[in-house]
Amino acid sequence: MLLIRCPYCEEERPELEFRNAGEAHVARSTDMAAISDDDFEKFFFIRSNPKGIIFERWRHIHGCARFFNAARDTVTDKFLVTYKAGEPKPDLEGLVSNEPAAYANRPPDQLNVKKPRRAPAKKKGEA
Amino acid sequence: MADSVQAAVRNPAQAGREFQATGVKLATLPPAHRISLRAPAASVAALSKALGLTLPEKPKTSASKGSRTALWLGPDEWLVIDDGANDPLQDCAGVEALHSAVGISHRNMAISVTGQGAESTVSAGCPQDLSLAAFPVGACSRTILGKSEIVLLRTADEAFRVECWRSFSDYVFTFLTEAARDASA
Ligand SMILES: [Zn+2]
Repeated sequence: MLLIRCPYCEEERPELEFRNAGEAHVARSTDMAAISDDDFEKFFFIRSNPKGIIFERWRHIHGCARFFNAARDTVTDKFLVTYKAGEPKPDLEGLVSNEPAAYANRPPDQLNVKKPRRAPAKKKGEA
Repeated sequence: MADSVQAAVRNPAQAGREFQATGVKLATLPPAHRISLRAPAASVAALSKALGLTLPEKPKTSASKGSRTALWLGPDEWLVIDDGANDPLQDCAGVEALHSAVGISHRNMAISVTGQGAESTVSAGCPQDLSLAAFPVGACSRTILGKSEIVLLRTADEAFRVECWRSFSDYVFTFLTEAARDASA
């Protein structure tokens, strides 16, 4: 089971206690009536949905019940860091690995790199 | 039309229900006073004084005095249980510091799980680490048991108090019964 660190409970807890609550750091306009339809659409409907690192809200619903934020890799499902609601986006320097996230995501020339090379088959007539 | 007026009878959920297996005993605990308390840090001192115990401010901890126990549920949330005569709701009523105290005595019911198989019985449905090192005596947490939300309190090395909402109580008791059978096998 995936363990998720709750910044309020200050420990890793089983994923069953948590619920995802959508993308984080989506700022609501202080003057909602004044923004254009396009801006409202961006705020209300458009989400980044990246393949890779995403900043999300999570809720420790069957625990302390608090909302908090997390940086998660959508490919590996690895939580890089979690932090309290209201805190700024953390610096992910050093947390993100440059390695391909999963074997299947390696470019073709990097596949089977560990495969031992076979000696070339001998041609007829060679000693 | 009914010609007699019947007085409302409040039947505590699962009253008297018990189960015993080798090394595990389950029992429905008697009704108790309970409040759900929400308060900011600035009000904690005044509420602690009124309740007669120090509200715990560390995650997963509880504080007990006499028949009263306060369980930390969240950064500004406690469950206060009193199985004596004094209703903690009354004690909070006079506090002027900002807080919300809601009586939930009849919303919850409690099951005691005791014996050497108690830990494995609760672990059958609770995904938290319940070893004594991670969940010592006095530790408490809102968590889940099977498909139901519970509040778990460790009252002794081999004893837990499982609090759940009364509408889940049949499910929780039955789940624990099955788990106790497995733990004793
Ligand atoms: Zn938490």
